[in-house]
Amino acid sequence: MKVTFQVNGTTVSVETEPLTRLLDILRAQPGLTGTKEGCGEGECGACAVLLNGEVVNSCLLPAGSLEGASVTTIEGLRDTARYSTLEDSFGRHGGVQCGFCTPGFMIASAALLRENPSPADAAIRVALSGNLCRCTGYTGIIEAVKSAGRIPEKKQ
Amino acid sequence: MSARSSAGPRVDAREKTSGRALYLADIPVPDALSVRFLLSPLAHARIRSLILPHLPPGIISVDARDVPGKNAVSMIKENWPLFPEQEVSYVGQPVLLLAGPDPALLSQLLGQIVVEYQELPAVTSISEADASGPDHVFARYHLDFKAQNQQGGQHAKQDELVFEETFATGAQEHLYLEPQAVLAQVLDGRLEVTGSMQCPFYVRKALTTITGWDAGRIRVIQSVTGGGFGGKEDFPSVLAGYAAVTAIKAGKPVRIVLQRREDLAMTTKRHPSRITYRTTLDRAGNIRFARAEILTDGGAFEGLSSTVLQRAMFSAAGVYRIPRMRVAARALRTNLVPSGAFRGFGSPQAFFAMEMHMSHLARSRRENPLAFKKRFLLRRGDQTITGGLLRDPVKLEEMIETAAAASDYHDKYKRFPQERGELRRGIGVSLFSHGCGFTGSGERDIIKARVRLRRTAGNRVEILAASVEMGQGTLTVLRTIVARTLCIPVSRVVFSNPDTDHVPDSGPTVASRTVMVVGALLQRAARRLKELPEEEAEVEEEYTQPPEMAWDQETFTGDAYPAFSWGVNIVEVEVDPLTFEVFPRHVWAVYDVGEAIDEELVRAQCEGGIVQGLGYALTEVLEVGNGRYLQGSLTDYVIPGSRDIPEIDVSFVSNPYAYGPFGAKGAGELPFTGPAPAVADAVEHALGIRVDRIPLRPEYLEAKTP
Repeated sequence: MKVTFQVNGTTVSVETEPLTRLLDILRAQPGLTGTKEGCGEGECGACAVLLNGEVVNSCLLPAGSLEGASVTTIEGLRDTARYSTLEDSFGRHGGVQCGFCTPGFMIASAALLRENPSPADAAIRVALSGNLCRCTGYTGIIEAVKSAGRIPEKKQ
Repeated sequence: MSARSSAGPRVDAREKTSGRALYLADIPVPDALSVRFLLSPLAHARIRSLILPHLPPGIISVDARDVPGKNAVSMIKENWPLFPEQEVSYVGQPVLLLAGPDPALLSQLLGQIVVEYQELPAVTSISEADASGPDHVFARYHLDFKAQNQQGGQHAKQDELVFEETFATGAQEHLYLEPQAVLAQVLDGRLEVTGSMQCPFYVRKALTTITGWDAGRIRVIQSVTGGGFGGKEDFPSVLAGYAAVTAIKAGKPVRIVLQRREDLAMTTKRHPSRITYRTTLDRAGNIRFARAEILTDGGAFEGLSSTVLQRAMFSAAGVYRIPRMRVAARALRTNLVPSGAFRGFGSPQAFFAMEMHMSHLARSRRENPLAFKKRFLLRRGDQTITGGLLRDPVKLEEMIETAAAASDYHDKYKRFPQERGELRRGIGVSLFSHGCGFTGSGERDIIKARVRLRRTAGNRVEILAASVEMGQGTLTVLRTIVARTLCIPVSRVVFSNPDTDHVPDSGPTVASRTVMVVGALLQRAARRLKELPEEEAEVEEEYTQPPEMAWDQETFTGDAYPAFSWGVNIVEVEVDPLTFEVFPRHVWAVYDVGEAIDEELVRAQCEGGIVQGLGYALTEVLEVGNGRYLQGSLTDYVIPGSRDIPEIDVSFVSNPYAYGPFGAKGAGELPFTGPAPAVADAVEHALGIRVDRIPLRPEYLEAKTP
């Protein structure tokens, strides 16, 4: 089947099987390997992307459901002001170690801050509960998001 | 407590955060073949026949007959077969592999392979292996310690009280977020292997055996590595073997990226243990004599089981002065996936058992566990369990005071049992240490680490070393050591992921040795480079053992480690008395890692270690059923998430180590050891029970609670 949808603002048309995972479609595009596969069954969040603005695990999303959708990956997110704030904050608070989970945490954190610009600890923990990290113990990540929430958005 | 010191942000943070860092699966290699493994469904069986379906052109199968050199992965010995020849020895053992361009087609073809197995008796527990005779023993050691200048063992029998108890710890999966991955190709007659790994030179050595090619024809490059924790110390040699043999047979590049379920089924686990202590106290509650028996489950192949067992044994006295102690230890062979290296390397098992035992001795005497433990603390000038001398200050008392004050330990210890809330509260403590670097003279006799520094035009300095960045901060901290020594900005120091064609062998990235050992060599090299007037210059340094160190590997006597790092954990928990779910609420951790090079990096690594240790204690269950570990995916193997973690307060005492760079000792493994015994102690306090195993599953706690 043919599916047409937007990736980071660009229209993409792919010929694919209906059950092919969004994750595989993305990673097959040149330069879109920032979305990672950590478990392939929706538990770890390393493959998180925004689908029409909502955080989803791209390993669970079949091509058949993508027609007309708008997908933002880390490569699209990283051009935004909110991303720069988060990136600085993760760097300063020890939120990045091996880095494999980090793009997924960026996606989830950006979605949280869009809804709730200065979230409290509990809200951050819930918003990030779909993302697993094995290096940081989350403390640095939670601090990073909290601190990014306190910084006023830069103008685009 | 020392002030916060941070050299600035990690050098690799931006690249990783933005998704630009290329992990192995991200590297474009258009014509690379994929691989799918046929895994053994049985714990022990003879392969009677194996019938492959017709393989379409471009698809090949690879098995033991295709190994050009020896069908064995070199670790300490060469007894881990790459492929089985007649028998399979555990569920998940690769029997053969299929390689081709389309992984979906490979999976289809795998389903059409017909194997006829003749099932053989399988041994899948420590107790079964213990009853199965010498054929099931990988390693067996004894240690007999008698402290000089201490009264022990000489006492009237009627004054003795003997306490004996047995502890069990479970297996654990590393669960690095990036599954194991490797790429192999033959280029101009040389084998080039790139992969997610901790030890490029281990991989190269293993490949010389497997291919029969000499080391000069093999190049190993570390790719950006998404976590290791020991899991990428041993197994990458195995995975590289599969990729190399396949690339040689196919004449094409071969990339293996394990799916998570394959990774869980095939890769090594933390050694399960069964540890018995038998301790003699006099009437005043002084420890006179202790015996320990340590049994570990090594799984089907020996791998690193013997050295893991040694470290468990050297940790058996905890942080205490015990005048006389005997340890008997065995690593056993079972039909489970091989156990291997995992952060702590045998030490967390021994510390869990010893710390719980000490708490139980205290409770049996109606003493507070912390107060009891404090009676026996090791001090500078004391002997370790191997008769080594503690030459450096031991700051445990100061660390305990800091943690107890911050947590309000003593008040809560009295107050919590009186409370009648919906959730039961408890507070627990653990005291622990970690011997830094390789055991004994391993650094001098086996590793022989070398590093180089090269200065080029414009006063740029390149680090040439084999230490890898896997998340812990190697790229940042080693550059910081060199920059600080040369008094130049960190940005002038270059350090790339190691490539065995370009860097000397500075040893594996394991054993809490990277900063303390490799960092010290780099500091020495930088000092020499600083004295050289030439604009372009190169210096090399080789490991030398601290002169006062003495070790006998035959009798296990002397200084088992050049230095120890120390830790104190206090953990507060709430336990639901209906569901027996345990909620860790707050962890106070105080560490002596000498002097942190970059305190923020160490703090972040410690917080991660604490949470991994809480997972080990609470939710990370690998239970044996049908001859295998039943938990085979991230759906049923539960690591802590952001909602599960407590408040964590980490602090450090300063205790500079003379041979470490800027006073630094090892820090990577230490923080893992403390949480399990401290959280178990807190659960005992909350429920008024005695805990003798981890993980603390609700069913277990319910059965223990009156």
